[in-house]
Amino acid sequence: MRPDSIDATLEGLRAQGYVAPRALGTVVFLALRLGRPLFLEGEPGTGKTELAKALAGLLERPLIRLQCYEGLDLAAAAYEWNYARQMVEIKLAQGQESREALARELFSRRFLIARPLLQAIDPPDGRAPVLLIDELDRADEPFEAFLLELLSDFQLSIPELGVIRAAEPPLVLLTSNRTREVHDAVKRRCLYHWLDFPDAARELEILRLRLPGIESALAQEIVAVVQALRGMDLYKLPGLAETLEWSRALLELNALVLDPATLTSTLGVLLKYQDDIARLQGSEAAQLLARVRQETHGG
Amino acid sequence: MAADRLAENVMHFGRVLRQAGLPLGSDRLLLALEALRQSGLTRREDFKATLAATLVDRAEHRALFEQAFHVFWRDPDLLGRVMAMLLPRAEGRASAPPPPENRRLAEALFPQAPPGAAPPPPPAEQRLEFDAALSVSERELLRRKDFETMSPAEWQAARRLLARLGPQLLERRPSRRGRPAPRGRLDWPATLRAQARQDLAPPHWRRPRERLAPLVLLADISGSMERYSRMLLHLAHGLANPQPRPARLPRIHCFVFGTRLTPIGRLLRQRDPDLALAAVSQRVADWSGGTRLAASLHAFNRDWARRVLTSDATVLLISDGLDSGSEADPGCQQLALEARRLRLSCRRLLWLNPLLRYEGFEPRAAGIRALLPEVSRHLPAHNLASLEALVELLCN
Repeated sequence: MRPDSIDATLEGLRAQGYVAPRALGTVVFLALRLGRPLFLEGEPGTGKTELAKALAGLLERPLIRLQCYEGLDLAAAAYEWNYARQMVEIKLAQGQESREALARELFSRRFLIARPLLQAIDPPDGRAPVLLIDELDRADEPFEAFLLELLSDFQLSIPELGVIRAAEPPLVLLTSNRTREVHDAVKRRCLYHWLDFPDAARELEILRLRLPGIESALAQEIVAVVQALRGMDLYKLPGLAETLEWSRALLELNALVLDPATLTSTLGVLLKYQDDIARLQGSEAAQLLARVRQETHGG
Repeated sequence: MAADRLAENVMHFGRVLRQAGLPLGSDRLLLALEALRQSGLTRREDFKATLAATLVDRAEHRALFEQAFHVFWRDPDLLGRVMAMLLPRAEGRASAPPPPENRRLAEALFPQAPPGAAPPPPPAEQRLEFDAALSVSERELLRRKDFETMSPAEWQAARRLLARLGPQLLERRPSRRGRPAPRGRLDWPATLRAQARQDLAPPHWRRPRERLAPLVLLADISGSMERYSRMLLHLAHGLANPQPRPARLPRIHCFVFGTRLTPIGRLLRQRDPDLALAAVSQRVADWSGGTRLAASLHAFNRDWARRVLTSDATVLLISDGLDSGSEADPGCQQLALEARRLRLSCRRLLWLNPLLRYEGFEPRAAGIRALLPEVSRHLPAHNLASLEALVELLCN
């Protein structure tokens, strides 16, 4: 199902459990309409990968994910010939008459192993998927150059077979954590969007949507604490995933309200650096809670 | 006719952004128009999101776009004033405006030289002559000479000698413990080709992938360090743009800091070293000011360490360890803490300290004493010979 307006896009994503700000809804709608890839940047834990999953659900298309890493090459990303099978075929054909036929056969689709990029362009069931190219900045620069053909024309050239073109272009999402700047040529072919941490209202909405059983007062306090933590000078700010995880942890512990003892004992769910946790041990946690409580009850 | 007006205004807006320093091709503007037809013009925020998605493609340009959008689309006729507001911003695009005290401080300290001015390069003919005339003993003298006391001509010669060190560093062995695997994966295509020619050909092997450990450079550009850091930036530039380009290149990340930390990797991509360094000094507002070492290390640890450091990375910290922010923190505990964190996130932390040029150097300053236990090596970096030794160390 393809949404036909920005509002429909937002609603559709919401039905998938993804609460998007309006600007993101606009960009997603445009990406679908214009058939352009979508390039997402932002802090870890702001929902870049989740968006791809929600979109796959919304469009009822399969999700194909390519996780980038240093040294990612064509054989792992696009396609590879099944050499072992070719070898067996050669051995089997020895002594038979049909050598010519075999030579023609040897580089056919039968011997081609499709990796994520080829799968996205030429899906086995014919349905154009959502292709997520995750953390592009981790891959080497030559890989970006290779992506150019794919991103602008949705096609792949395989020397032995020719050009394979997508019947229906897949929806492509690229994400980057900005360990380095991705090449301009890649970005030029995409729509760009920067994802920020959600504000308090949206985070609360997400929390209620994902964990319907949560007490309203507790949810408000959770969000207020996380928002306050994001304002602090920490090495690693808690993302949305951490908020949800922490809320689940608190539900498991049957906590009805937050107290300093619960906060300090569950900090490891929210913060992943010892330095950050150490800062919040003791009186700091109590102060933070007091501040948060004043805000939530005062406002 | 409304569509015509819109196209005109979007083009106009595009020109404003371009003048403000956004690299914007006409293809992006056409895309923006096409996108606007899809998203409609009923809501201002949709309009803005559409323009942002199509005209911006880099995180640091977002603030600039926000401002330009806000001013321009409120009253497009105010273009003259818009320009006046935007142009000064184009220089310090991504970051907050520099604290004013640095500039003043720099000017007060160095009245004759504007901050960021590079030593003027001599004319080309002269340069060639000088190069040819450099004899062995002269070169030896040059190697031992302190960067601080070099004449412009000597400085240029030293720079060229330094440029040759870069490629040498790139030839260091891959970052594996011991010997790399003698053979890599089976190379199926090559094996098959061989089998086609000859029935029982031996298998072919792919050469093992060699990965070079990343190198991170943190250069102090405060007044006392300026000359030395400049020389190291030349080394960094040589590393980032080796001629000829080798098959494998380690990732090199460069940062400079005075009162705040600035990543300069992108600026160093410029081929010509003088232009690259000029771009760096233009971008960096705190050349030759004070140093806030602890704060800068903190900024690096918080914003960059996880992104650029791998466990096999080497970090070069070029500083004299004198922290002007130390009044607030007499024991330099903050500095020690940040240095330890940095030390734990890389393989080795090498501290290059030009103060080591003095024979009887003793770590007296609190900052130096705090830093010293946390670094892997404490090395001199005041002349070519010491930089050669550094390259030697990095190679092994």
